[in-house]
Amino acid sequence: MKIQDIENEIVEEFSAFTDWMDKYEYLIDLGKNLPIIDNGYKTDGNLINGCQSRVWLSCTISDGKLYFSADSDAIITKGIISLLIRVFNGQSPEDILKSDLGFIDKIGLKENLSPTRANGLLSMIKQIKLYALAFSEKRRDIKEEKINKKEGEK
Amino acid sequence: MKIEEIRKMFPALQGMMNGKPLVYLDNSATSQKPREVIDLIDKMNGGMNANVHRSVYKLGDDVTELFEKARDTVAKFINAPERENIIFTYGTTSSINLVASCYCARFLEHGDSILVTGDAHHSNLVPWQLAAERVGASVKILPLKENGEWDMAYLGNLLDKSVKIVAATHISNVLGLVNPVKKLTELAHSLGIPVLVDGAQGVVHSKVDVRDLDCDFYAFSGHKIYAATGTGVLYGKKKWLEEMPPYMSGGEMIDKVTYAHTTFAGIPLKFEAGTPNFTGTASFIPALDFAARVSSGDLKEPVEKETGEIVKYLSTELPKIDGLRLYGLHEKGNTENKVPVFSVSIEGCFPSDIAQILDKLGIAVRTGHMCAEPLMNRFGVTSMVRASFACYNTLQEAKFYLECLNKAVRMLR
Repeated sequence: MKIQDIENEIVEEFSAFTDWMDKYEYLIDLGKNLPIIDNGYKTDGNLINGCQSRVWLSCTISDGKLYFSADSDAIITKGIISLLIRVFNGQSPEDILKSDLGFIDKIGLKENLSPTRANGLLSMIKQIKLYALAFSEKRRDIKEEKINKKEGEK
Repeated sequence: MKIEEIRKMFPALQGMMNGKPLVYLDNSATSQKPREVIDLIDKMNGGMNANVHRSVYKLGDDVTELFEKARDTVAKFINAPERENIIFTYGTTSSINLVASCYCARFLEHGDSILVTGDAHHSNLVPWQLAAERVGASVKILPLKENGEWDMAYLGNLLDKSVKIVAATHISNVLGLVNPVKKLTELAHSLGIPVLVDGAQGVVHSKVDVRDLDCDFYAFSGHKIYAATGTGVLYGKKKWLEEMPPYMSGGEMIDKVTYAHTTFAGIPLKFEAGTPNFTGTASFIPALDFAARVSSGDLKEPVEKETGEIVKYLSTELPKIDGLRLYGLHEKGNTENKVPVFSVSIEGCFPSDIAQILDKLGIAVRTGHMCAEPLMNRFGVTSMVRASFACYNTLQEAKFYLECLNKAVRMLR
């Protein structure tokens, strides 16, 4: 499924909630169900510090697609993280780089991604994009290497 | 006068947040402003505007007069012996930094130490760490007891000849306990050691008399006591202020300048380089007029009554929440020295989650480490939820807060 399609799906799901209470309860549930990051990955290297809460993020690549696992000490933050992971998991680095995450605004959670909240989410998205950038450049390098090799063979 | 009438003096309190009437419980971060303060700032920005201490025309004289009247107002408010004891700064942090830089430049040497109380805000800890590092001195900490009080038993060992200054918290922004600064000052003085008091919260919640406390320095901000933000006060005893070298330089702090050498103005201007925040500083006049009504005038009785009820109510009711820990409460539930600042942690509920739910219900509280990370470590948490009340908050708001806190806990567990 494409990033945009998953985003639309989430917007659709959230349209069922009539008030913030339902929305928050749903996020709290999502947060509780988010697979906890493997303790081995809960390292300082994977830590994204927000003033209000901490977020851990790790990323792996398999068949050219990125997979994320994450955790936070705040449950609502964790709920939002689980939405982000749902959107980004299994996507190519190029598609991740192109995404603008418009759904966050559409489901009324924009303030959670504001720099003023300092909950680590904004930094987390930046980190996800950095991973994507790193992997896409790596792939380009490999591609270029192959092309160069081929050209060399000629 | 009823609290409801006091509330009417503060336009911000009539506001809404997330479609709900605003319940503002983040007063330890900053207070709302009464109408008189807002009006004065408007009047100055709207016409009564000229730089201070340098104009030779009526408008400039008027603003300078107001600025200097603010100095008199502050001096009177904290019972300073003379107006020259009052240095205008940009906030508590800049006041403490001034002392940490200038006092230490003159009096702190390699091998000396600085004693800081364990409940210090970062602003009353980090400047001392930097000052100590500069000369190879050390910072010692007065430990806290489990209930948040200073553990005075350690004082005998900590206060020795190496200590060149004591930096104490009057009232912690986390714990909300009125500390025995007078007693500490007496002990320090018996060894000839001066004391700086961080009064950011103390000046709001207690009647400050610097002559009675006998402290050598007292620092506070304007914005927490109803004045404009970007304003601050450093009270200092003349004997120190005169000995200390200038802090920043330039502007009105000079006496005579040549390309080769500069002599400096006397106190207080020696420490007030550059154009001060004269508009904000002038707002100390209406702000402290109001604060004086609360601390010793016609508003004292109703505010004391309401605040007392809030303190009793929350000190009793908060701990009833399962897994809740209330920080800064005297043993046996004695609330005599407790001001209405309530920091809690609740098992299984992360502070920022609680605050996000309260936000939707119209309640503004503070969460995080509250610029006191070592204090968080002391109590084994990374973050707390703090509700801090001001003279305009009601018992009804305290009850609503408790109700909403319970609701948040139910949602999160």
